[in-house]
Amino acid sequence: MIKLIAKRFLSAVPSLIGVIIVTFVISHTLPGDPAAYFAGPSATAESIAETKARLGLDQPLPAQFVTYVGDLVQGDLGRSFNSGQPVLTDLVRRLPASFELTLYALLFAIVVAVPLGLWAAVNPGSWIDHLCRGTVTAAAAFPSFFTALVLIFVFYYKLGWAPSPIGRLAIYFPVPPTVTGFFTIDALIAGDVGTARAALGQLVLPAISLGLFALAPLARMTRASMIGVLGSEFITTARAEGLPRRKILWTYGFRNALLPVVNILGMIFSFLLGANVLIEQVFGWPGIGTYAVEAVLTSDYAAIQGFVVMMAVLYILLNLGVDILNMIVDPRVRYDD
Amino acid sequence: MTISATIKTLGLSALIASSAALPAVAQSREDVIIAVGEQGPNSLDTQTPTSNDYTRLVALHVYDRLVKHGVKTLEDGTLVYDKTEVLPELATSWDVSEDGTELTFHLREDATFHDGSPVEAKDVKWSFDRAVEAGGFPLIQMGAGSMTEPDQFEALDTHTFRITVPDGNKLALPDLTTPIPIVINSDLALEHATDDDPWATEWLANNTAGGGAYDVVRWTPGNEIVFSRFDDWKNGDLPAMKTVVYRQIASAGTRRALLESGDADVSVGLPPKDFAELADSDEVKVIGVPKQSAIVNLEMNVNMPPFDNPKVREAMAYAIPYEAIMSDAFYGRAAPMFGAEPGSEYDVAWPVPSPYHTDLDKAKELLTEAGYPDGFESTIYLDLSRATTREPMALLIQQNLAKIGVDVTVEKVPGSNWFSKMLDKSMPMAVTSFHAWLDWPEYHFYWTYYGANNSVFNVASQQDEALDEMIQKARFETDSAAYDQEITGIIDHVMTTLPKIPVAQDFMDVAMQNDIEGYVYWFHTFLDFRTISRAE
Repeated sequence: MIKLIAKRFLSAVPSLIGVIIVTFVISHTLPGDPAAYFAGPSATAESIAETKARLGLDQPLPAQFVTYVGDLVQGDLGRSFNSGQPVLTDLVRRLPASFELTLYALLFAIVVAVPLGLWAAVNPGSWIDHLCRGTVTAAAAFPSFFTALVLIFVFYYKLGWAPSPIGRLAIYFPVPPTVTGFFTIDALIAGDVGTARAALGQLVLPAISLGLFALAPLARMTRASMIGVLGSEFITTARAEGLPRRKILWTYGFRNALLPVVNILGMIFSFLLGANVLIEQVFGWPGIGTYAVEAVLTSDYAAIQGFVVMMAVLYILLNLGVDILNMIVDPRVRYDD
Repeated sequence: MTISATIKTLGLSALIASSAALPAVAQSREDVIIAVGEQGPNSLDTQTPTSNDYTRLVALHVYDRLVKHGVKTLEDGTLVYDKTEVLPELATSWDVSEDGTELTFHLREDATFHDGSPVEAKDVKWSFDRAVEAGGFPLIQMGAGSMTEPDQFEALDTHTFRITVPDGNKLALPDLTTPIPIVINSDLALEHATDDDPWATEWLANNTAGGGAYDVVRWTPGNEIVFSRFDDWKNGDLPAMKTVVYRQIASAGTRRALLESGDADVSVGLPPKDFAELADSDEVKVIGVPKQSAIVNLEMNVNMPPFDNPKVREAMAYAIPYEAIMSDAFYGRAAPMFGAEPGSEYDVAWPVPSPYHTDLDKAKELLTEAGYPDGFESTIYLDLSRATTREPMALLIQQNLAKIGVDVTVEKVPGSNWFSKMLDKSMPMAVTSFHAWLDWPEYHFYWTYYGANNSVFNVASQQDEALDEMIQKARFETDSAAYDQEITGIIDHVMTTLPKIPVAQDFMDVAMQNDIEGYVYWFHTFLDFRTISRAE
């Protein structure tokens, strides 16, 4: 097992190197001159040249790349122009916000999509099946930022049920001391139920807007997998043996059908982490999505590179985690040497 | 079953959360102000070239300047700053030598920094040296008042400070009201200076060392900045608000919703359409003032055919659908800069309305005279980060030009690339704008039309020696009658040669709750929370 994990890590190294080179080249060939941008109003050719020199952008590209890789090896992702902070600091501070939102979105998606998919699979072709298909298609068809704005309009503006879409915590609540970085959990650890509730309240609308996006793959996967399982020989045997319907569905059907669903959860999680970008903009969520958008808009090289490298590392770790989990859950899965 | 149950639980928890927040709000809302905007500061130190515009908001509240401008009330009750009046802030009085080359300031003796240490002339000297040594924008802004070298600043004794301006630039004193020459606690900052970083830029980027009306209590870059009042502030009336929270919300729709539901007190930077709609409603108020020395133009590169022909530029001036732009691009949140009576005198101010109006027949006629009876092809560029108003403007112009046979395509340039695009001087037509902190026409022209410095804002690539000479003369004119004549002369010149066609002067709009009082329009366009209060 240890050997396998080490091997998987090693095989990730070439992809990482590739990611680093590609992001460096792409971000530096993006149109846009950060020096001209930051020299700001009343800039002159001289002040831009001076700003360029300060930012190290007057060096030839290969030299900039060598400096960049050298820093990267030491864990230095550079400094963001936008926030004025080291990129690593920014990412570490913002990542929990995005993670928390994504996890709650995933939770919402699972709670809605899995029963929906199962229900549809048990009654294929019925009105329930059509409802399932219709719901998930509609949920996936609307752009997430649009759904988000509609939710804000209805539940915050019109009905006043949801708290203000102003980020992770309404202004009057204290930020809980950081343990996990998840406000809902940290507040509970600190014994502050009021803040935990408030943080959860802030999460509801963005998590639903984001989670709607994941309904389609989850519900479809559950449905397809369950139909497949229900049509397989061991279920037919169980039926022939006259086992109760409940036992067939839950003990034999559901458990087996869930395996591929668990399998794609990792993929859906990373996909949602990426889809965060627009949701975060709408809800003023201080996560990595907002960060990345702003970085791209201002040609903030260090921030773009840092974001992409971090995402690449996250994907690699996530896939590794899912593979290992798979081997534990399903003894049939083996990765050959 | 599961779905509806889930939605119920989630809805319920949201309900609980919002009702739990309410008592806390009711207790503390009186002396707290919550403002929302799209962007925020990238540093707490405004005196570095990479500091963005929003660092001025920090500088304004956390640090004092020597002097400030007065405030006047317009006829409609709007408060605006008064450029003709300079008042004490940190300096209680000052003397200006006859020829304007020496400015001596007497500092308030009981003023202290946030840490309690006294504010002394050596702090002012260190801060001003720092501003000119920083380079980039801080140096440019100091240079606007002809302050470019540290040896121009001198601490005469603990509370007397002198600035020497060799050319007697009249903008030196007004330049001191801008948020660049701010006063930093030099002892505190120097504790954190190193050999590599003698100006403590690393430390000051994340910490404050000021003596202003507010100090920063929390700053999360890209998200939020919270100011808390400095109760021992001596350099002005103590602000009414104890705490100021500024949150960054990227989506304009969300910012509007926050304001309309009462969760935010002030919102800046909404699209003009939203400001126009909010201004019509009674729920919140919108205060809009035409931005001083600001103009939106259609600019043409005078070196690129066919725009090297003045007749073509004049034809363009008659082909712009001005009224449609005012209503469909600016939604009325701008002042018209066209349609003046031809031949009438210009005001001694800038911007002023041009003598042009929409007249397609005349445009066609001028094109024929210029040798383009069948029109031509060209491209209009615009800054994507300002697309809200610039894009409809470009499209409306495109439609009208098509009617006289001129076929233009619209090209959107990403905001990060706009400055280098302007520097290139490679755009045949562009929707451009400029806004100056110092409201003197010749200062505006110096940055936009002056060929000798050929600044980034000279998108037209105008090189006109006669014009340069007029601008330079006006900058250092001491006789006021001659000055008035020179300014109207320049205006007449640029309205005839037309490298830029004036279209509109956009508003600085702020939307706020009806009970928010004391908002003042400032030249820098940032909110000054020091004067803001909440009606009883």
